[in-house]
This record gives sequence, C-alpha cells and structure tokens, in this order.
Amino acid sequence: MSTVLDIVASAGLWAAVLRIATPLIFGTLGALLCERVGVLNLGIEGIMTFGAMIGWLAVYHGTDLWTGLLVAAIAGAAFGLLHASLTVTLGLSQHVSGLGVTLFASSFSYYLFRLIVPLAGSPPTIEPFKPVTVPRLAEIPFVGAVLSAQTPPTYLALLLSLVLAYVVFRTPLGLAIRMTGENPHAAEAQGINPMAVRYGAVIAGSALMAVGGAFLTLSAFNSFFPTMVQGRGWICIALVVFASWRPGRALFGALLFAFFDAFQLRLQTAVDGVPYQVFLMTPYILSILALCVMARRARVPQALMQPYRRGER
Amino acid sequence: MRFERREHRPLALIILTPLLAVAAALALSGLLIAAAGAPVLEAYWRILVGAFGSRLSATETLTRATPLTLTGLAAAVAFRARVWNIGGEGQFYLGAIAVAAVGSQLLAGAPGYLSIPLLLVVGAIAGMVLLIVPLWLRLRFSVDEVVTSLLLNFVAVLLVSMLIDGPLKDPLAFGWPQSQSVPDVAMLPKLVARSRLHWGFGIAVALAFVVHFVQSRTVFGLKSRAAGLSPEGAAFAGVPLARTLLLVACLSGGLAGLAGAVEVMGVKGYVTTDLSPGFGYSGIVVAMLAGLHPLGVVLAALFTATMFVGADGMSRALKIPTYIADVTVALSLITMLVAVFFAQYRIRR
Repeated sequence: MSTVLDIVASAGLWAAVLRIATPLIFGTLGALLCERVGVLNLGIEGIMTFGAMIGWLAVYHGTDLWTGLLVAAIAGAAFGLLHASLTVTLGLSQHVSGLGVTLFASSFSYYLFRLIVPLAGSPPTIEPFKPVTVPRLAEIPFVGAVLSAQTPPTYLALLLSLVLAYVVFRTPLGLAIRMTGENPHAAEAQGINPMAVRYGAVIAGSALMAVGGAFLTLSAFNSFFPTMVQGRGWICIALVVFASWRPGRALFGALLFAFFDAFQLRLQTAVDGVPYQVFLMTPYILSILALCVMARRARVPQALMQPYRRGER
Repeated sequence: MRFERREHRPLALIILTPLLAVAAALALSGLLIAAAGAPVLEAYWRILVGAFGSRLSATETLTRATPLTLTGLAAAVAFRARVWNIGGEGQFYLGAIAVAAVGSQLLAGAPGYLSIPLLLVVGAIAGMVLLIVPLWLRLRFSVDEVVTSLLLNFVAVLLVSMLIDGPLKDPLAFGWPQSQSVPDVAMLPKLVARSRLHWGFGIAVALAFVVHFVQSRTVFGLKSRAAGLSPEGAAFAGVPLARTLLLVACLSGGLAGLAGAVEVMGVKGYVTTDLSPGFGYSGIVVAMLAGLHPLGVVLAALFTATMFVGADGMSRALKIPTYIADVTVALSLITMLVAVFFAQYRIRR
C-alpha cells in the first residue's frame, strides 16, 4: 500500500501524466471535431503515424521543431481532405474509408521513412523539444516541479482544449459545427453549407491528429520507428465517447487515462511476479470499460455516420 | 454536380469494378516507385516473377494466400451482416496460441487423425470467443464494435506475448520468446512435396465454397444478409436479430481463428508475436476487393499474396522498401471503395 502512495505523491508521476496525455489530447480533440460534424474518422491511427514520421523527417532534414509540427499538421490536413472526399462528397461507409486511410497512411509513412532513412543498427535521432520553465509557475512547490518538466507542445495541447471548448459552445462557428453534426438538413435551411462545414472540420481535426503523432517523435522520443503509435489513435476514438463529445471532458478523459498509464508503468517496476504484459494490457481494457460505462449515457451527434446528400433524405 | 443511382448495372460493370480498382491502385503506387527513381514496369514485372516465376515462389504465394483467404472470409461474412469485425488480427493470434497450447500440452500423444480436426476446432473456437465479446458489448451496452474489436487486437497480442514468455515458452528456443511446438503428427500434410504449401490452402478454398453456399442457399444466409441490409426491416420481418448477429460473429471469429490455427499447423508449428504480418487487417482489404463475395475472396487473397511475396524479391533487386506492397494493398481498398461507388452511381450535371 505504501508503494502506491509513494507513486501517487511523486512529482515524476504527474509530470509523466501530462507527457503521456499530450498526444491523446491532440488526437481526441481532432477526432471530436470530426465527429461533431457527423464524420467518424478512423483514419486517426494512420494519420498519427504519418504525422510522427513526417514531422520527424522534416526536423531531421534541418527545419526547426515548430516547422516540423507545422509540416505534420499540413500532411494530416491532406489525409483529412482524402477522408472528407470519400465520406462527405461520395458518402461512402465511414468505417471502411477510415480504415482505408489508416492502412494507407501508415504503410505510406513506413515506405517513405525506409526510402529516405536506410536501415541502420541504431535509428538516427534528432534534438527534441526541451522542457520550458514558466517563471512564476515554477516556484509553486509541487506543481512547479511537474510543469517544469513539460515541453511547449504540452502547453499548446492544454490551451487548445480550452479554445476548442469555447469555439464549439460559444461561437457562431461552433453552432454551425454542432448543427451540421445533429441535423445537416436544418443547418442547410439556416443558410449553412453542411458540406463545407464537414470538409473544414475533418481537415482541421486530421491536422490535430497528426500534430499529436508528431509530439511522439519531436518531444516524447527523438526517433521514429514503425508501430510506435501503438493504438493511441483507437484509444482517442474511445476517449471521444468517454468525453461525451465535449472538449473539456476530453481533456479530463485524456488526463485520467494518462494517469492510469503512468501509474501502471511505475507499478510495473514496484510489483514483482506479475508479467509485464498484464500492465501493458490495462490501457486497452480500460478504454473498453470506459466505452461500456459511457456509451449509453453519452449524447451522440445525431447525424454521426450519416452521409448528407443535398435534396435526399 | 450530383450523383444519381444507376437503375441498371450490367454484369460486365460488376466484374470490371475490382479490376479497375486494382489497376488504379497499381498506377498510384507506380508513382511512388517512380518517385524513388526505379523503373515502374520492371518493378511490377519483378513482383509477378517473384510471386509466380518458379515452383518455389508459386507455392509460397499460395501458402501466403491461405490465411488471407480465411481472414478475408471472416471479414466478408461479418461485413455482409454489418458486424464490423476489425479484430481479425487478434482472433488470428488467439486461434494460433490456442492451437499451440492444446496441441503441445493436451494432445501431445494423440494420433494425427484425431488431433488435426480437434485442433482446427480449438482454433476456431478461440477466435469466436474473442469476437463474441465485442458483439455482446454492442448488444448489451450499444458500444460500437469497431473500436472494441480493434482494441482487443492489442490485448490478444499481449496475451500471446505473455504466454510464450511464460507457461508456453519453448525451453529449447535459446531464450527467444517462442511457444512450444505442436507435435509433428498434428501438422497439416503438404499439398505439394518439397514446398511449404499445405492442405490449409485446400481447406480455405473449400470453406469459401461452403460460405458461399450458406450465404446464398440457406435461411441463415438470408437472415444475415437481411440483418445487414436493414436491421429494422429484418426485425419487422421476424428475424431474431441478436441471435443472427451472434451466429454471424461465431462464423466470422471462427474463420479468423481458423486462419491462425492453419498458419501454425501448416507452416511454423509454433507461435511467435510476428506470426502474422497483419493478416487480420489485410483480410479487410481482401473482403472489400472481393465485393464481400466468398468466391471473390479467394481471388482477392491471391492478388494480395502476390503483392506481398513478389515485393520481397523486387525490393532486393531495385532497392525499393517492401512496404510498397502494403501501400498498394491499402490503396486498392480506397480505389475499390470509389470504384464500387461509381458502379452504383453516375454523375449528373
């Protein structure tokens, strides 16, 4: 019992929570934005992989880290455009299109990576983001130690969830977004172009997913390797349901999830005799449990997974 | 610009659709090969030669097509009834590890005529169990089975990793995490001598015909298709929805589990965590390329296997990463979706 308390009371744990949560926050917000306009984006896993690869590659070739994030965002937007063309213009199955985007984006990133960076004994590395200390905040006893361990993209993720919450619930744009996801016909009657809103949100959401992936290679680690996203994209899709499609709760969900993940990592070293795979399974099982608890209670956007065709019902 | 549903679809269009989709995918990944500075036509020629150029490579391609046919059938059966089984990869691994466990522990001394059919059933049941979980969650808590079956893939692979690191670890594998082997008598006999091609290929093709028969000629097939086309309509017509979907899940999970069983009993004899280079995920592409038709699955699996086996030799000769095969297969899923759309709709200005 005392080990558990020691773990929870350490600043290292809470620093890790924020670090683990960052890609999940970006990914969950991105997926949430897509689903708010009625488009399920299962391309997330592949888009995160591609963002991780292309962001790393840009920095490896000499651009600075922020440009790397920007490159990842642009690449993510391009995959968003692909997914939107398939699901919005053509109205194809969102499940299968999303899987197609994931398979394409991840195999394309492995192909491109291997083409440009030949196989070597130890993978090449870059200089990742460094932790920043915010002058006043760093002086607060416990919190200061936790925050001083964070890199700038983590602050960006926290800020972004607040901005998105404001945009979705407090601005005319947010109203258009929510309306398109609930009832595109009503939105069109109000002079909103549902197709344009869907395109915009899917493209922007996919860009966020790619930034989440890029955080892995530009801040959490310093190199890229295949399968490094490890199902984080799918966990984000589960977190959107857990968050009941609300950005604020998405932030909370990602932090809660990251807490369990950071906790199990430390418990792994503290507890003997339990195979490490049991601990590694917990994130996936927790996601499934979260889905079961929340699926009935959550307020699903009513037009989710329904293609919109003008003049058709 | 708007789309209008075609009233009449000629048979030629239906047959042409997957061919056009594959051609488009090959053209698109041709651009990537060209961007890498390699001759495109030569690359594809080398893929074809690498997959069918010799007796050895041809049998290897058919060996690779075997699990792909089974996972493809698994996806096709499920998608027909709108059960989104994306967990083929996990079911494959669970089927494989169940066979390794039962084969090496319980049936170690049993004769082949007993252990082979038993082990195939064991593998299928393991796959079923893993798909029944997400389906039950969908029926009970209305949780989308796409995400749950996907997440279970990771759980299944970790479970396999745990077992081959622990109770099922082969002590003679020099510390490599590898399961104990099934006995030699429980291995599937070879279809072609001095090759890796085994009777699993025959089983897979036979099952494609069985599934085709079940879907087109039995009451269960009708019910499962009805459940996919319109759940409300099917329920109104008296189809017991939950029971039908459960049976579909058993069939689909069973086929994917069988794929794992057959791969262990036909090729390796033991399980490692890299037993499958994504057979479960490729099965989804195979099913879509086949237009969810069971007999088409065999052809689509052959195409996919050709890409994967052929890309190995091509990549060594032309210095193109083997991932080009994965790219082409993924692209053919996307082009197939678009092609099917334009086979159903025409553009009107």
